[in-house]
This record gives sequence, C-alpha cells and structure tokens, in this order.
Amino acid sequence: MLKDILLIMLSCVLIENFIFSRFLGCCPFLGVSEKPDTALGMGCAVIFVMTLASAVCNIVYRFVLVAFNLEYLYNIAFILIIAALVQFIEMFLKKFVPSLYSALGIYLPLITTNCAVLGAVIINMQKYASLPFGKSLIYSVAFGFFSAVGFTLAIVIFAGVRARIAYSEPPKCFKGVPIALVTAGLIAMAFSGFSGMQIG
Amino acid sequence: MGIKEIMLAFVSFAVMGGILGVILAFAGKKFAVKTDERVEEIKNLLPGANCGGCGYAGCSALAEAIVKGEANPNSCTGTDPSVNKKIASIMGVELDHRVRMRAQVMCSGTFNHSKIKYKYEGIDDCIAAARLGGGLKECPNACIGLGTCTQYCKFGAISVKNGVAVVDYHKCVGCGVCVTHCPKSVIHLVPYDSKHWVGCSSKDKGASVRKYCDVGCFGCSLCQKNCETGAITVNSNVASIDYEKCNGCDKCVDVCPRHIIWSANKQKNGLFITREKPQIIKEQ
Repeated sequence: MLKDILLIMLSCVLIENFIFSRFLGCCPFLGVSEKPDTALGMGCAVIFVMTLASAVCNIVYRFVLVAFNLEYLYNIAFILIIAALVQFIEMFLKKFVPSLYSALGIYLPLITTNCAVLGAVIINMQKYASLPFGKSLIYSVAFGFFSAVGFTLAIVIFAGVRARIAYSEPPKCFKGVPIALVTAGLIAMAFSGFSGMQIG
Repeated sequence: MGIKEIMLAFVSFAVMGGILGVILAFAGKKFAVKTDERVEEIKNLLPGANCGGCGYAGCSALAEAIVKGEANPNSCTGTDPSVNKKIASIMGVELDHRVRMRAQVMCSGTFNHSKIKYKYEGIDDCIAAARLGGGLKECPNACIGLGTCTQYCKFGAISVKNGVAVVDYHKCVGCGVCVTHCPKSVIHLVPYDSKHWVGCSSKDKGASVRKYCDVGCFGCSLCQKNCETGAITVNSNVASIDYEKCNGCDKCVDVCPRHIIWSANKQKNGLFITREKPQIIKEQ
C-alpha cells in the first residue's frame, strides 16, 4: 500500500506531470505565472480543491452513479459536484479560516472551472473505480493530492523562470506571451526526461 | 434505453442538484460574514491603481482600513480633494487639510551635461546599475536614468529624457512610490504649488562637482545670500529650499551661476516648467 502511494507520488509529480505530459491546467499555468508568489497561491488552492474533489467524487461515483447505473453521466455529475464543493469551501474558509481565504484569494473561485481538477477526477475514476472502496478512495486522494503538487511544482518553476525573463530583452516579436510559450516548451522537454522511468 | 432509465437519470440528478443547492443555501446563511457596505462604496471611489502610496497593500486594503478607522479618509494621494470629501462624508468625519504634493527629480545632469563613468550594458534597472560602482555617471548622487521610477509609477507620470527622469505634473498625484524606489534618492516630494527647486542632489565638494558635471551645485551660497525670505540654505555642499518660506521671487534663479534653480509656473491649465533646460556656462 505504502509502496503504491509512493509510486503514485513519483508518477504524478514528475513522470506524468499534469501540465507537461497530460497538458491539463495550461490556462492558469500561463495566466497566473507572472510572479512566484501568486503562482504559489494558485498552486496551494489547486492542491486544496483537487484533494477534496478526488475524495468527494470518488464517493459520489460509487454510491450514486454506479448504484443507479448512471456511469455515462459522470461528466455532468463531476462538474456539478466540483462547482458546489468549491463554493462551499469558499464560504467555509471565509467564515472560519479568513487568513487562508485571503491567501488563496481570487484563485479559489477560478478553480471551479479548471480542467485539471475535472481531469484528475476522471482519471481517478478510470484508474481506481474497479478497486474495492477503501483502497480506491485512498488511491484517488493520493492521486489528486500529488497531481496538484506536480501542478504547483511546474507553475512555481515556470513563474521563477518568467520573473527572470522579465528582465531580458528578447526580439520584439517574442516579447510577452510568445517567449513564455517557448520557455514552457523547454521546461516540458526537461520534464519529458522523466518519462524514460518505468514504474511498475 | 427505456423511459425508466431516463426518468431515473432525471430524478437522481434533480435530487443531487437539489441537495447541493440546499446545502449551499444553508451554508450561505450559516457562514455569512458581515461586510460593511461602506468598504465597497469607498473602494469604488478610490482610483484603483493599487499604487501603495498610502502604505496599504492596495485600494481595497485602504478602504477596509478607512472603515476600521485605522486610516485617515485623506490617506489616498491619488484622488481629487472632492473625492476625499465624499469618502469623509461616507465615514461621517471632517477632513483634515492636506497639502497636495508632487514628485520632483532633483538632478539636472543629462548625458550632455554630466560625465559618464562607464558604458552600461546590463538590465534596464537603476537598482542593478547602482550596485555596479554606484551607477554609470561620475556623480555619485546623479539620476541614473534607466527608469526604475517609470516602472513603479502607476500613473505613467515619469519618463526618462536624455538620462534624467522627468515628472509630468499633470499626471503626478504625489503618491511617493518613486521616492521610495529610487536607489539614488534624487526624487523628492514637494508641495504641488512650490515654484522653485534646486535641480541637484550632489553632496560632493564644489571642486569635484565641477569635474564631472556642468550643472552641479557647488555650494557657492549666492542664492542663500540673495534670498529675501531666508528660504534657501546651503547644507553639505548643496542648496536646499524651505518651500514654506519661499515666496517665488525668482532672485535665486537669476543669481545661480550653474542655472540649476528651476522654476515652475502655475498657469490656467496646470503647472509648467518655464525654462526647458539649464543654460550651460563652459568655464575657460
């Protein structure tokens, strides 16, 4: 069990990184990576929501969708649950943990419609739904958490690089987003080096 | 697919949506945080540039601080006085008198007038250049002219002309952000209506100033001797003006041998510099 979770961690953070190998969550990756601080804020919000969404969706999938033979409606169900969950978390934090609420700030509602969260939940369903309940829940939560950690790692590295690029003088046609895209490609190539690792 | 499956899907999703809706509605009531409407009202009145000149993180942080009573309704320098009055009336307090300030670059040493120490090819940032031997000009107190202040100015009021930053008085709101970011401290806040200022911050002795700058103050004290109101004093080799005492008589402007006491005239549509650049007197 522990070994499996360790493998999930390695594969989610490095080998099958959400941004660089699954190409999920590219919008916030480019949108909120101007400064390392905000990138870290976004990353924390994603970790928070993805872990919770993985757990809740796993339970709902097993006890509502499978129970009523409604598996084919998983997309709609997951979107509904994630949106409601994020809303609920936002209200909860605002009331009880205002410091965390102001730290996550605008990023929390932004994640409602983030494809990375939905993607994580769907991959969870495809990978772990056939396992027994306890195992599937634990694996799903681990997958959601470590995928979000991988997302955070990628976005913070990228923000650090972009902070340096801000001081360089690329040719005029490359200024701004184009040079950021080229950089993202280079980082993705670096990460593709991990894909040679075979994990059980 | 029979009607049964369709009904099942319909009903189960309706129930799930209903439950989530009820939970959210309940949570919205239960977890409601009381926010003061005045915060929103004041936030809408503030300029929204988030310049940080007031000392708070941004306009919304200032709005909250004003409502809490931590900050003065007058704290924002970027607004019209009439807007500050509105903010004060929302808060139900009287407004203190505030002198409108403007940023003024106390350096006249453009590339034509001051000697260059080395050719700088680094990143366009005064703070980086200042670390490299104190900047590219020979004068240790000169404006470096790479425009760090222009980057920090949220109002687009500063531009760099020929190696010296110039403030556009029509756009400057006197927030003072440039003052805190200038590595050479050549930008000062002066009262908006003040007429004269000394365009030099050099602390060096006159003899060395002559070597590297055609327009540097060498502390001859002629202005101090000729000032009627005693507004000008020469301290540490540079003249400085007490803006409260200055009556704008133009005498210092006439006597300054380096022509670096500048004057700005208030006209119908704003403040203007009356003389474009200092006249250079080459010594034989």
